[in-house]
Amino acid sequence: MGLINVTINNQTIAVEEGTTILEAAKKLDIRIPTLCYLNLEHVKTVNGSASCRVCVVEIEGRRNLAPSCATPVSEGMVVRTNTLRCIKARRLVVELLLSNHPTDCLICEKNLNCELQSLAAELDIRRIKFHGVRATHEKDISSKAIIRNMDKCILCRRCETMCNEVQTVHVYSAVNRGFDTFIAPALNLPMDKSICTFCGQCVSVCPTAALTVVNEARDGGHGKNGSCS
Amino acid sequence: MESKCDTQEKFKQLQKFIDSMEDRRGALIAVLHKAQHLYGYLSNDVIFYIAEKLEIPSAKVFGVISFYSYFTTEPRGKYVINVCLGTACFVRGADAIMREFEKILNIKAGETTEDKKFTLSGLRCIGACGLAPVVMVNDKVYGRVELNQVKTIIEEYQEEA
Repeated sequence: MGLINVTINNQTIAVEEGTTILEAAKKLDIRIPTLCYLNLEHVKTVNGSASCRVCVVEIEGRRNLAPSCATPVSEGMVVRTNTLRCIKARRLVVELLLSNHPTDCLICEKNLNCELQSLAAELDIRRIKFHGVRATHEKDISSKAIIRNMDKCILCRRCETMCNEVQTVHVYSAVNRGFDTFIAPALNLPMDKSICTFCGQCVSVCPTAALTVVNEARDGGHGKNGSCS
Repeated sequence: MESKCDTQEKFKQLQKFIDSMEDRRGALIAVLHKAQHLYGYLSNDVIFYIAEKLEIPSAKVFGVISFYSYFTTEPRGKYVINVCLGTACFVRGADAIMREFEKILNIKAGETTEDKKFTLSGLRCIGACGLAPVVMVNDKVYGRVELNQVKTIIEEYQEEA
């Protein structure tokens, strides 16, 4: 495969054809914030849904910002990752995500371990500007292992990629469309009635608390053998 | 109600249709169309059967069904009344037409009458904007519908026993 010359933030590098801007930037030690992107190198699987638009960059000669995780480099491409336009777009995207996200961070399972929270902090978001309709889904606590709280889902589709492509169990798929979209098992069945094997890999890749595990010690009584009383 | 024999006949037709498909994985939409045409809606059993036959995860099949407003997982009435709510029809009073249907049939958009005769729903643009506002009853198209015609349209199907 041929090498392609690309310039990112005034640094030039030659990378293999098919490399994304994000990967090329990484080689130059340039960090582009990401949210939905997930690269499971050891199993050669990438979640490239490019749904969050947090990693947008400016490309010379292109009118629109491009998602760096899903845009392959081309010869002579000149990219800027840290312009005011990029940063503003990133902030806007995260503000919009937060406008449809619960704000119970302090008592959230993922407090201090949440990628959305870290990103909001990194981008210095101190106010939620938008107040619109909120998605409201019933929390699925049917299973003894995995809790599904779709109110906290940002539709990154990592769980789908993990379940379908890596584990090949095919539990999840997106249901409905537009604002009404959520991730669910077939027929929107509760987890305990789905074909889920409860391997927990979806939980491990979920950036927020949309998918969490049942904590017997803390929540007690969820399972029959868990409580002392 | 359908007899068991009837159901089996439809099932055979669906099976035959799927078997005639060359590319099974690419056939999903066509198969869903066929199944809905046969049964009037897509039941859980049909969804699982299609998933198995096409070797597509049932979650995916359900996802596709939920994406397109054309597909339904609920049984529908014998006559499906679709009021176009696209831009052209809307500015020519489609919302009032819809309200009139709701009033006469005593159901809301998306619902089915108790006798399972009529299902009322709205859709977006059937590409007949020149005839706005447009109403479809099953495959029949009514153009330039006026409020006082709504009753006549319903009666046309009521009389047929």
